[in-house]
Amino acid sequence: MSTGSTFDRYQHGDSAIHRLDPRVKVVITLLFIVSNVILPDGAWPAFAAAWGVLILASALARLAPAFLLRRSFLALPFALAAVTVLFTQPGQPLWSLRLPGSTLAISDAGLVRFASILARSWLSVQMAILLTATTQFPDLMHALRHLRVPGVIVAIIGFMYRYLFVLADEAGRLLRARAARSAGTARGSGGGRLVWRARVAGAMVGQLFVRSFERSERVYNAMVARGYRGHLLTMSPHVITQRDRLALALALIVLAFIQVAGHSL
Amino acid sequence: MYLASAQLHIPDGFLSLIIALVAWLLAVAALVAAVHRSQAQLDERLVPLAGVMAAFIFAGQMINFPVAGGTSGHLIGAALAAIALGPWLGILVMTAVIALQALLFQDGGLVVMGANILVMGVVPALVGYGLYGAAAGRGRRAQLAVAAVAAWLSVMAAALLTALLLGFSNTVSFSVVVPIMLGVHALIGIGEALITVAALSFILSARPQLLQRSAAAGGRGWVAAGVAVALLVVVLSPLASSFPDGLEWVAGETGFLESARAAPFELLPDYTIPFLGETALSTILAGAVGALLVAAVAFVLARVLRERGGANNDSRVTPGRP
Repeated sequence: MSTGSTFDRYQHGDSAIHRLDPRVKVVITLLFIVSNVILPDGAWPAFAAAWGVLILASALARLAPAFLLRRSFLALPFALAAVTVLFTQPGQPLWSLRLPGSTLAISDAGLVRFASILARSWLSVQMAILLTATTQFPDLMHALRHLRVPGVIVAIIGFMYRYLFVLADEAGRLLRARAARSAGTARGSGGGRLVWRARVAGAMVGQLFVRSFERSERVYNAMVARGYRGHLLTMSPHVITQRDRLALALALIVLAFIQVAGHSL
Repeated sequence: MYLASAQLHIPDGFLSLIIALVAWLLAVAALVAAVHRSQAQLDERLVPLAGVMAAFIFAGQMINFPVAGGTSGHLIGAALAAIALGPWLGILVMTAVIALQALLFQDGGLVVMGANILVMGVVPALVGYGLYGAAAGRGRRAQLAVAAVAAWLSVMAAALLTALLLGFSNTVSFSVVVPIMLGVHALIGIGEALITVAALSFILSARPQLLQRSAAAGGRGWVAAGVAVALLVVVLSPLASSFPDGLEWVAGETGFLESARAAPFELLPDYTIPFLGETALSTILAGAVGALLVAAVAFVLARVLRERGGANNDSRVTPGRP
């Protein structure tokens, strides 16, 4: 059903981007996203420049050219919600649709606003994908700790990552057992009334809850037996090198240029 | 249904910077209190318990059931986490789920993660646990009935908050999105209520003692706050759906919308004045002061709740259960 590789988004490699300190990568990613968010609507040259930076970084990381694009359509369902600004932003009407009772008009300002929201979100998602693809998850967690995210929260996320695969397999076994015991109908409704189907799924969730809770007790006992005292230790001390400082400075300069271009052109 | 429920994860670029930062401040305040309270209660047991239960929520979301026409419903889990694990632990667990989904799968943004934590962690803890706590000590049927309402309302509250955050960022128009969000999530909420109740019913039969810790984790403050937020949602939802222009009017009257919209774009208004123009500076300062005030209120509330909660814990160690 599910194996480790289903969830792992890391693309193994040994490029300049892979070797950057994870802290620096996290900071640059956040700055890049903030930079997109504060670009004004319709700053197309600046959005294009930001995309150029992404393409360059993706090439430096030796990822397949279409890799970021392929993974970047996650934000699309949300874009449906933003479609509404097309019709409600005041401006020159570009195109109108006559409906019985009212007219829907797309304004030029609405179109610019909509396209800008999409551009911001699409660029930001790609940068986050690049971060995840070039940084191993434990390194990412270590970086968050260095960046003063409370250790407890980082440890919880790290633990969750460790047990994601285990519990997804557990859920997969429950699903397989249900499939084996219930003959599906041709239309795939699964039989029974809707409420009954929902209750079966709910009881499975309850079962998974009990198993997870008990597993967490076993894990805790095993950890205490091995000397756990409330924090996790690591053996890879990340050191910021001259190269990392250079990369951060370069990123700051490029983002500053993008901002200047976006606000003055 | 599956796609629609994913819509609660706001991606980057859909919220204005000011809104995202205010949401972060509120989320951080809630998280600080949650870490504090959970550590006091669980000590070094906290990390394995919260980590494994966060993975449980993630895996639980895989358990789906066919609805109709090829769509399927599945658990969101925020209400279940708050009810079954207690509000503080529920917030931590949902935060881990949201952070991992954003970091690993880019499902939900990084800069807007604070907003997602508020929407999917803090609000369901308030509404879900708050309402459920009101039925603590009652019979099994009453508890499950209240849990159903709590799960449904927590989905509605999350949907309403998402729509409001998007609306105030001028990413969507209130008049269209508030009714659509509430309409769609009224249906999703029914699925969530059914699964939550069935799961709770199973846990009550199989391991009732697991739920007792959660019942002791909150306090009367949670019930009061939960009932208040739930009432707000119940009153606000129909109002917001039928008079969505009212929201835009409120936003315009208070000047909130203007500051929310203008500040990010005026951060670097014109290069004749280096960096901050006077108006932008004042808007940002106003935003920062407002955010600090809200954070201060949240901290004070958290402290009051902690003291209350502590007193309550002593008096009701084992809530009566059939």
